Amino acid sequence: MLMEMEKMETTAEAAKDERKRKITYAEAVLEATDQCMQMDSSVFVIGEGVPDPKHIFGTTTGLREKHGKNRVLDMPVSENGLTGVCIGAALKGLRPIMVHQRLDFILLAMDQIVNNAAKWHYMFGGRLSVPMVIRAIIGQGWGQGAQHSQNLQAILAHAPGLKVVMPSNAYDAKGLLIASVKDNNPVIFIEHRWLHNITGYVPEKPYTVPIGKAKVLREGKDVTIVTSSYMTVQAMKAANALAGKVSPEIIDLRTIKPLDFETIRQSVEKTGKLLVIDSGYYSGGLAGDIIARVSENKSLFGRLKAAPKRVTLPDIPTPTSHALSKHYYPSHIDIIKEVCELANVPEGQAKAIAESERQKLPAKPDVPDPSFTGPF
Amino acid sequence: MENADDEKMENLPDNNILLGLYSSMLLIRRTEERIAELYPEQEMRCPVHLCIGQEAVPAGVCQNLTSEDSAFSNHRAHGHYLAKGGSLKAMIAELYGKETGCAKGRGGSMHLIDLAANFVASTPLVGGTIPVAVGAALAARMQKKNAISVAFFGDSAVEGGAFHEATNFAALHRLPVLFACENNLYASQTHIRERQPEREITQLAKAQGIAVFKADGNDAIAVYTAAKKAVEHARSGAGPAFLEFATYRWLEHVGPNDDSKLGYRTAQEIAEWKEKDPIKKLRETLLGKRVSTEKELEAIDETVKKEVNEAFRFAKESPFPAKETLADNLYAD
Ligand SMILES: Cc1ncc(C[n+]2csc(CCOP(=O)(O)OP(=O)(O)O)c2C)c(N)n1
Repeated sequence: MLMEMEKMETTAEAAKDERKRKITYAEAVLEATDQCMQMDSSVFVIGEGVPDPKHIFGTTTGLREKHGKNRVLDMPVSENGLTGVCIGAALKGLRPIMVHQRLDFILLAMDQIVNNAAKWHYMFGGRLSVPMVIRAIIGQGWGQGAQHSQNLQAILAHAPGLKVVMPSNAYDAKGLLIASVKDNNPVIFIEHRWLHNITGYVPEKPYTVPIGKAKVLREGKDVTIVTSSYMTVQAMKAANALAGKVSPEIIDLRTIKPLDFETIRQSVEKTGKLLVIDSGYYSGGLAGDIIARVSENKSLFGRLKAAPKRVTLPDIPTPTSHALSKHYYPSHIDIIKEVCELANVPEGQAKAIAESERQKLPAKPDVPDPSFTGPF
Repeated sequence: MENADDEKMENLPDNNILLGLYSSMLLIRRTEERIAELYPEQEMRCPVHLCIGQEAVPAGVCQNLTSEDSAFSNHRAHGHYLAKGGSLKAMIAELYGKETGCAKGRGGSMHLIDLAANFVASTPLVGGTIPVAVGAALAARMQKKNAISVAFFGDSAVEGGAFHEATNFAALHRLPVLFACENNLYASQTHIRERQPEREITQLAKAQGIAVFKADGNDAIAVYTAAKKAVEHARSGAGPAFLEFATYRWLEHVGPNDDSKLGYRTAQEIAEWKEKDPIKKLRETLLGKRVSTEKELEAIDETVKKEVNEAFRFAKESPFPAKETLADNLYAD
């Protein structure tokens, strides 16, 4: 089965030949899941609400009808225990895709994820492996508050033995999900809720996007921006607003563990300036880690033309009130400010760009687009 | 016939209790109706899990509690909070994200608190407050207080480890805690038969050696009576008690709308449960047993509506938290 999947990998060239079909990120996740199930009978999907009429924001629609009750399971509200059950199934040859509507729920399963799934291959001398995917949705806005929208990717990336992917667009979502299912290790597949409705070109055929490979989304020469998931959208928005003034190079990490440092290194070597953007928290986070790697790299250290910077969430739990959350979440305007500072854009000009962008912001920036009327 | 009726009369709780149950349920109903009505204005920008149809449980249980007793709840907490005596104004302001809210706008509907009423906390991660309620009971025991504590939770919470760990410990130490389970058949859109084997939820508690009580969760008097026994049991030092109430949520899992179009439950099922409206049921008893008149009940409704109006006015007029306060209360002094 795996061999079959291997053959279906599409090269970038072949992808260009396909007619430009656009689907949403959510549809891309669904299509990847569906195709994995078709190609490999050992794949099954389990999660709270997977077969219910809301279908995890449309990412599991129709799977049960197509693949049957035995392979598309709803789940008791037993996150830790059921993670263990999936690990057991994975040890014995199945490939579970476990789905959590919010990443916050997998905190209950950290014992099984970190102590078991992440460790068993190494701890048992490579004799066992745990090929499973855990989909987790992070987010922001609409008063989800302190316990329903946490961006805790760094905690997961911290644990040795896990792979953590965070696709930022529909194409990567499909390719990375298929790659995650094929991978013989536990992979945490993190989706930002605000990406689900975003559309993009996605080939119909199955293909993989390699885990552990970042992508230069936009070439530039002035500043290296390293980002991932939804913050990639914000970074691109910032770059567009800065067009003609600053030329940033944008690297979409796609996988945060294992990290593709080589791509970052090459870019920073060129620009000498680094801004890391992460939707997670400031302390102990991904951004700090990347800056540390750049700083401790002897050849890069000497090439840095400015102190690296980061844009993250503050070290504060998410406030529910939109009056506070609008000051809590960084937007593309914060990115613009940091880029301008790194690129030595005169202060007056930088302020003018930021101000003109601020005028375009919705009055209540706690929804990704006007179609969201909450709750979600 | 007359005899049977007389007997029923004797078994009825006191009039003030009956009216208390009625007012409590009505306050919850009218408040949530108003939330549902105004939610589309998009000024309450947080998820709301309404308990319309389930009001008898919070009203009936809390009618047995004193302000020394602690209550904890889950995502569907409005009813528990109000029945325990939580401030309506502070709750509505919380939904509006205002500084005057019960959690100063930091929490929203899913994180209610009113320490004056000893409504200690509600949180939306399923099962999360069950062990915490046991901890409050442990404190009451160690501090030699006569207080008990109550954890309100839904049928799905017994699927999680925290429930089993907490009930084990509570039983081991015979702690004065009530486990109040609202079995409304669904967890979000998933029926209980897709989540649990065919056995009574109460068997789980029995297996831990915990006394169990069961009642029709849409009959406020039955809830009150069962909870009274359970509270007496817990307060007497005999150990924890588990209560299961069969009830039903009328509206969608989260949000203000009817969700019959989703198709995970039939229109007939919803209609049947609406027939068992707990407020209508108690109203019929109050009138039938001549505990009160239509006019008196009308007056209660008027008072409640006024209170609700006032709370929404207060919430809307209240200020938002200031930007400078974003980092406040990160750590306790
Ligand atoms: C630990 C955890 N897992 C999943 C969820 C998502 N979730 C929110 S409410 C809910 C169902 C709750 O059902 P129940 O406990 O029966 O209470 P009800 O909503 O019916 O009142 C679920 C699964 C959650 N909040 N917490």
